[in-house]
This record gives sequence, C-alpha cells and structure tokens, in this order.
Amino acid sequence: MSIQPARVEEKLFQNRYLVDAGKPHIVIEPHSTPSKNLLAMTTLCPAGCYAENSAGQVEITPDGCLECGTCRILCEPSGDIVWNYPRGGYGVLFKFG
Amino acid sequence: MIEEKFDAIVIGAGMAGNAAAYTMASRGLKVLQLERGEYPGSKNVQGGILYADMLEKIIPNFREEAPLERHLVEQRFWMMTDRSHTGLQYRSDDFNEESPNRYTIIRSQFDRWFNKEAQAKGTIVIAETTVTQLVSDAYGKVIGVATDRRGGTIFADVVVIAEGVNGLLGSRAGLRETPKADHVALAVKEMHFLPRETIDARFNLHGDEGVVIEAAGTISKGMTGMGFIYTNKESISVGMGCLVSDFAGTTETPYGLLEAFKKHPSVAPLLEGSEVKEYAAHLIPEGGYKTIPELFGDGWVVVGDAAQLNNAIHREGSNLAMTSGRFAGEAIFQLKTRREPMTKQNLALYKKLLDESFVMKDLKKYKDMPALLHTQAKNYFLAYPKLMSNAMENFLRVDGTPKIDKEKASIRAFVKERNWTGLFGDAVRLARAWR
Repeated sequence: MSIQPARVEEKLFQNRYLVDAGKPHIVIEPHSTPSKNLLAMTTLCPAGCYAENSAGQVEITPDGCLECGTCRILCEPSGDIVWNYPRGGYGVLFKFG
Repeated sequence: MIEEKFDAIVIGAGMAGNAAAYTMASRGLKVLQLERGEYPGSKNVQGGILYADMLEKIIPNFREEAPLERHLVEQRFWMMTDRSHTGLQYRSDDFNEESPNRYTIIRSQFDRWFNKEAQAKGTIVIAETTVTQLVSDAYGKVIGVATDRRGGTIFADVVVIAEGVNGLLGSRAGLRETPKADHVALAVKEMHFLPRETIDARFNLHGDEGVVIEAAGTISKGMTGMGFIYTNKESISVGMGCLVSDFAGTTETPYGLLEAFKKHPSVAPLLEGSEVKEYAAHLIPEGGYKTIPELFGDGWVVVGDAAQLNNAIHREGSNLAMTSGRFAGEAIFQLKTRREPMTKQNLALYKKLLDESFVMKDLKKYKDMPALLHTQAKNYFLAYPKLMSNAMENFLRVDGTPKIDKEKASIRAFVKERNWTGLFGDAVRLARAWR
C-alpha cells in the first residue's frame, strides 16, 4: 500500500494558535550543510515546520509548532538549534489535547 | 512582583503537577502553581485513558464532577499487516460496575477541572506564565523560580518540577539529562467527531460504555511504535506513535503514518464521515526504569513525565504521574509538619514512597522491555504480524488443502523467517524481559 503524501497544513488548520510575532521560540544556528538530525527534521517534525531551502540549508517557520520537543531531543544537544518554550500564553492552544 | 514566600512552587499543571498542588494545598500548605498555557490544560496532550484508582486516592468522589468521557468495557489488541489484523479482544460486563476502573478522557478539559479542584483547596494558580529558570543559592539549593513575567525571583521552600517530558528547566539546571532519542516516542493524534449514536453502533456500545483499540505491526513500518483508537462520548481519538530514534533513521512522516493507519481497511470504516477538530503531537517517555533520573535534591523534586515515569508496556503514564505528584506532596507535607528543612536527605522520603508503590515496582519489572523492543523492532513489528496473519488466513481459508499440509506450511513459514534458534531466542528474550 502506498502512502499518499499527507498534507500537514490541512491538519494544522484545525488548531488554534497565538503566534508571538517576531519572537520565534525555536531558532536554527547558521550552517552551510545541515547535520543528519537537522535534515531529518524536514520529515520528522509533526507540524512540518522544517524545510530545506534551494541552497541546501534547513529553515524553520515555527508558527504551526505543536511544542512536542522532538527537534529539541534530536538537535539541541549538538547545538544545531536553540529551543525555548513560547512566552506564557503564546503558541499552540489545545482545546482537547 | 510576588513578595511572599511559598511553602511550595509547582511548575506545570498536568497530572503530576495538579496532584502535587492538590495534595499540598488540601493539607494547608501555601502553594503557588505556574502554568505556561492560556489555561491549565491547554498545553497538555494524552490519548487518553484515566485510571480511577490513582485519582480516587487524591479525590475520592471525583466521579461526581470530573469531565469523564466513557468507562471502558472492552480492550482490543490488534497485530496488523497492511490488509489484515489478528486480534485479541476482551470485553466484560463486569466493567459495567458501580465505580468503573478506567475511563477515556479529553486531557485539556480534564486538566482544567483537576486544576480548579486544586485551586478550590487553596492553590494559587498563575497561567500564561513560563518559568524560565530554577533559582539556586550559593550552595546549589533550589530556592525559587524566575518567570517571563516582570518581577524577580519567586521564593519557596521547595520546587516541584512537573514540567513534562520535554521539560527544559531540569536539564538546564543540570538536575537531569535531556532524554535521548531512543528513550522517547513521538505520537501524533487527531480528534474525530461523530454523533454519539454512530460511535455506539460502530463499536457495539450502550450508554457510556467505551472501547480501546491498541494496534501494532506493519503500520509502524518496522519501527518500534503503536497506533491507538479510543472512544470518547462524541469523538474518537486516533493516534500513532514511534520511537524518535527510529523515525530519525527513516523518511517517514508522523502524519503520513497516521494517515496510513486511518486508511487501513480495519480502521477506515470506524472513522468514516467524521469531522476532525484538532491535531496534536507529544513525546512519550519510553525508556523505562533504567532512564529514571535523580528524583530529588536540595529544594526540589521531579514528578511525572519529567521524571520518565511511564510504563510503556501497559500504556500507563498519567496514573504514575498523578501518584508521583501525590507522593511528592505527601512527603513535603510530612517534612513541613515536622519542621524539617527541604534538603536532599529529607526529600528522599518521596523516593521511598515511590519505591514502595506500584510505580517503581512496575517499572522495575519491565526494566529490560524497552531495550528488547527497540533492538528487535523488525521482528516484533514486521515479521511476526505478517506470519500471524498468514497463519490465520491459512487456517480459515477452505480450499481443499488437507489440514495437516496447511499446518506444516504455517510452521515452515515461521521457521523460514526466523529459524528455530531465532524463534526460541525471541520467545526466551520476551519471557525474560517480561518477568
């Protein structure tokens, strides 16, 4: 059985967020080539926040972040990213959880 | 700026934090609880199942008020291939009892209620506030916390760290390590809404009866992982989780696996026509006993998921969290009553209470299971489900082949896949780790 590429954007559309504009809570350190784990985030991030740009670097748009911490587990110890919780009250607002 | 000093500060309003706050406040302690979400519960995610016994020990009459979904009367374990499932099913009318044992819950709503109960006992709760740092004195004793609100340190005799599986504070303060990728699973979940009668009919339920389906097999593509389906009153929670280290070695997406699980011929008819209202993701501590960090120190204790207190084999987490929060609260109350300081030596009482309870006994029992499942994932999650499915189909399909030949063919398939030594080894390894 082949898996249809799932559209994560449609899933995130169901959720409520309060985005802290201009203050991303996850930041990728500048790099020329991404580490294996950082590159893995482009498929592993459950909110699809990570993407590879045309120059081969990994970028992040954390607006749809579900705050699971998977990227922190994989990429923070190596220094690939800096991870903080959003400011109090900001970020994903689960209604059901 | 908060000038007063508290008996205890609780960081986080999940199961462990709420249990700790409730336990301490109801015994007269001055408790401050800090939560980064819009309201207590708004950042919390679980499948989720509530185990009544552990909540009864905190709030005996919780059934009168708590937002419960359905009590569980049936459990289905599914071993899945792409087109089939081999099931083990248990249903009993004995579960339709006066005080049921397990319920499905919707975590954000449940936690909001649980936290209100803690507030009713006197806990001061400040939401929309992220704790940014544990504050220590010159000797390394934790004496309070700093937050992202204006004002300085808030002081307390002891800090209960209930910050969850992805807690930053404990690891930043050097109290424990950040969990490793092979010690946590990433789970994604959707809330599928359907009319109550439709859920009742599809799952053969009456009144508030509910069903749990837990599924493993080819759905996790050879990774250590599981799918789950829980019936709520007017919704179905559907999720899928795999070990983070396994995910990192593939190009599978978590939402791709969830979509495939939802489209599985055994699952799709259960969800047909539903309206999805939320999509969530969360980490689950899976490392078990061997990955439990230091649980207490000078001026602090750590509880719940932040302490890796999760029984992955039995899918129990919130009850361990709740119990650890209660024990932390009881230990702190005892020390306070005896006017003893919140030193590491004295707070060892919390660990002692945990050690004597089911929490540590259960985690110890399965201490070797995580490593076994993680290293043997391809066998347990791919090979055996396929072999079982083939054997079942072979057993059921009537095609003129003599039964003796069918039986031999099924056994040969097992031996061909794993050989006798492998089969024997798998059985022994599983039995040993289970013991």
